Amino acid sequence: MAVDGIGAAVRRKEDFRFLTGRGNYTDDIDRPNQTHAYILRSQSAHARLGKIDASKALKAPGVVAVFTGADLAADNVGGLPCGWGIKNKDGSAMHEPPHPVLAVGKVRHVGDPIAVVIAETLAQAKDAAELLKVELSDLPAISQVRDAIKPGAPVVHDGGPNGNISFDWHIGDADAVAAAFKKAHKVAKIDLVNNRLVANAMEPRAAIGEFDRATGDYTLYTTSQNPHVIRLLMGAFVLHIPEAKLRVFAPDVGGGFGSKIYHYAEEALVTWASAKVGRPVKWTAERSESFLSDAHGRDHVSHAELALDKDGKFLALKVSTLSNMGAYLSTFAPAIPTYLYATLLAGVYTTPAIYAEVKAIFTNTVPVDAYRGAGRPEAAFLLERLVDIAAAEMGMDRVEIRKRNFIPTNAFPYQTPVALQYDSGDYFATLDGALKLSEYSGFEARRAEAKKRGKLRGIGISTYVEACGIAPSNIAGALGARAGLFECANVRVHPTGSVTLFTGCHSHGQGHETTYAQLIAERLGIGLDQIEVSHGDTNKIPFGMGTYGSRSLAVGGTAVVKALDKIVAKAKKIAAHLMEAAEADIEFKDGKFTVAGTDKSKAFGEIALTAYVPHNFPLETLEPGLDETAFYDPKNFTFPGGAHICEVEIDPDTGVTKVVNFTAVDDVGRVINPMIVEGQVHGGVAQGIGQALLENCNYDDSGQLRSGSYMDYTMPRADDLPSFKVATAITLCTHNPLGVKGVGEVGAIGSPPAVINAVVDALKDYGVRHIDMPATPQKIWAICNSGRRAAAE
Amino acid sequence: MPKVSMTVNGKSVSAEVESRTLLVQMLRDKLGMTGTHVGCDTSQCGACVVHVDGKSVKSCTMLAVQAEGAKVTTIEGLATGNELHPMQAAFKEHHGLQCGFCTPGMVMSAVELAKHNSNPSEHDVREWLEGNICRCTGYHNIVKSVQAGAKAMAAAK
Repeated sequence: MAVDGIGAAVRRKEDFRFLTGRGNYTDDIDRPNQTHAYILRSQSAHARLGKIDASKALKAPGVVAVFTGADLAADNVGGLPCGWGIKNKDGSAMHEPPHPVLAVGKVRHVGDPIAVVIAETLAQAKDAAELLKVELSDLPAISQVRDAIKPGAPVVHDGGPNGNISFDWHIGDADAVAAAFKKAHKVAKIDLVNNRLVANAMEPRAAIGEFDRATGDYTLYTTSQNPHVIRLLMGAFVLHIPEAKLRVFAPDVGGGFGSKIYHYAEEALVTWASAKVGRPVKWTAERSESFLSDAHGRDHVSHAELALDKDGKFLALKVSTLSNMGAYLSTFAPAIPTYLYATLLAGVYTTPAIYAEVKAIFTNTVPVDAYRGAGRPEAAFLLERLVDIAAAEMGMDRVEIRKRNFIPTNAFPYQTPVALQYDSGDYFATLDGALKLSEYSGFEARRAEAKKRGKLRGIGISTYVEACGIAPSNIAGALGARAGLFECANVRVHPTGSVTLFTGCHSHGQGHETTYAQLIAERLGIGLDQIEVSHGDTNKIPFGMGTYGSRSLAVGGTAVVKALDKIVAKAKKIAAHLMEAAEADIEFKDGKFTVAGTDKSKAFGEIALTAYVPHNFPLETLEPGLDETAFYDPKNFTFPGGAHICEVEIDPDTGVTKVVNFTAVDDVGRVINPMIVEGQVHGGVAQGIGQALLENCNYDDSGQLRSGSYMDYTMPRADDLPSFKVATAITLCTHNPLGVKGVGEVGAIGSPPAVINAVVDALKDYGVRHIDMPATPQKIWAICNSGRRAAAE
Repeated sequence: MPKVSMTVNGKSVSAEVESRTLLVQMLRDKLGMTGTHVGCDTSQCGACVVHVDGKSVKSCTMLAVQAEGAKVTTIEGLATGNELHPMQAAFKEHHGLQCGFCTPGMVMSAVELAKHNSNPSEHDVREWLEGNICRCTGYHNIVKSVQAGAKAMAAAK
């Protein structure tokens, strides 16, 4: 193994620039002669949009231009496309209304963009926006899915075939489930909400459009997790610019968590406007604007029932979910509550029959799409709450009921009744590991000790599986994906033996510049200082689908391995020529090519130099150069899994819940950099604890966002969280060469049910069966102090 | 427009700014020092923390004109050439950063804590950093970094 290769906790290559303030984030970029855009957004949740009078604004100091939806329409600018189509139960297509870049005819959520003011300075643009006169006549609005499907509810998109329902989808075998429920010894039931969240990457979104009149080329600088996808969607569907004339550059990006996957209106707006005004146009979101325009996450309302036999074995599961889409279909929104949610409802269990139906509902709220975990946290939360309720109904131990229903370790590959085939896993190993690390067996003593101090202590378990690296493309396509799901890597060996990797994945905190370099160091036997990783610029990188769904190593890393395979294969040919040996006799190890059974050898750098100075080179059979590209389309998802155990202490006098211990033992497949892997788990767990105890994106019934800033949206802070106990217990993925699975989302998937299971356990003497997230002090205090237990049910 | 003069990272600077200009806007937009970040608009996130006359300040909470004559240190002024300040080095060693966006504010805030408390407990660090939000790390490694950085700063004295 190379010192800095696979398995080494290498310190990150990217850190120096971030630590010294030399990162290059989109808002740090200023282009010559740049103008500034301010977007006027709707303050109404639902209103008819009449005339927009810009005459005063246009005369304000510094104003360059004002554009509205009419200007875009006149230029044939298209709407924002949706990248995944879902079919209804009857096979018909989902309702997919247009999503204009600037509102036309109607505004449909608070924050819907109405007009853009472009001025010399941002302050001037903002001042001028105050002078815009916009005719808006308010309409009744709806924000909650349960209200949106009531007869007579306000309709978000006039003329929808089925009111506010975008699609009514199902999966599984309803007849088998019905038959199993008839034989059930007991049925566990739950109604639950998966609370709406805001991703809140610390860097607000930003975009700069620039048009070069001399060449006709456009450049978009943007805060994106997948610049090629933006180039494809914006170029082909919105602005009708050929890819060859459009460069999309996502430089350093300050966190994404899903919210920077999507193609947003502002990207199209600044790109289009830069040609209209003939100058670069820059837009940066304020945080309040991010709350009103970044795609939100989660927001499910579900009912679920689990049938059990007399031994506590799961017989069947049925689930009915209402999923809030917001006012428009965001880029990947339809895939989240369907193929990334309901397909995970088998979880880690052998439940033989499953049926789930999902209705996706339009409301007058910001569009909802993937947020860290995307569908899988919703599935894990529902299932792991239901399993705890089943244990209570059966009078069984919570560990025992899980183990009794786990997929046996020798049953892989395991075909679930909801489409997925898990390739590998060992759920006993991760649970046993977590029980040990959390000192589970000593819990009752800790509970008794806490009781003496007047505190309510509880412990909760969650055992989960998830699916990463959506693939393969042809299956995803059959299920409605309108894009490929491969990844691309280009390994460019330079003449003196240093290497640049161009990857289609994008790093916005994940440490790709280090992890990918470790793969290359391991394979080529060169130092990390000889390796650079380039990402984010469509003009440099052949193609790429970007970073989301924990795909960067399982899909992107495999593409790197495939490109390295090609490099080594060609280098062996060159080495064979130089050493006058048969290619089959060439061995490559630790950066050296040797001829088997001899002491002849050539260093990697010598081969590189020969490739570019081909004086002694087999030119008749081999091209010069050492630069290889690979595209990799996976055979299957990968399936990380694990066990999270949370221990809480509740103060009944204040209702405040403190997480006192949190343990995560995850199976993420082979670990390339354990330091980075642990960091990913920490971050995911913090977001999961945030969802369970603190965070809530809250709309009132008229569609006004009540949690629109960090004053009201409770971001987890350092003093809200404990240190975490984190470990891995891995099985290898069987269908990629590295055996890697993915780690980006596990923390956010496994943790919320562990926290709520612990809270419910702590409150068991109050007769609490369930408490919806976030379990705020207000809710818990009511349970402990005012006899209003029913309120939390 | 008022003209403001101050010392930033040891250099005298001055600029004409609108009176409503915030210190962070002057640093980023007028002086091109983009290491100091803006992550919110309610003075909650702490990505913009700099030192003004030795004290950590959210530079989005202060008008540029209020810093007239002040000595300002930003994240760009912490390292000596390519040699990281002990707090920066501790963040690297303990993986106290991921996307890097909150990092400048975290480090500047941590440096002030370490000046008062050379051996902060986990509790001390978590309380002190209450005004700095990180979305990536879950704070676990930030706490380790700040504790190690504080010790290293004390040892370097």
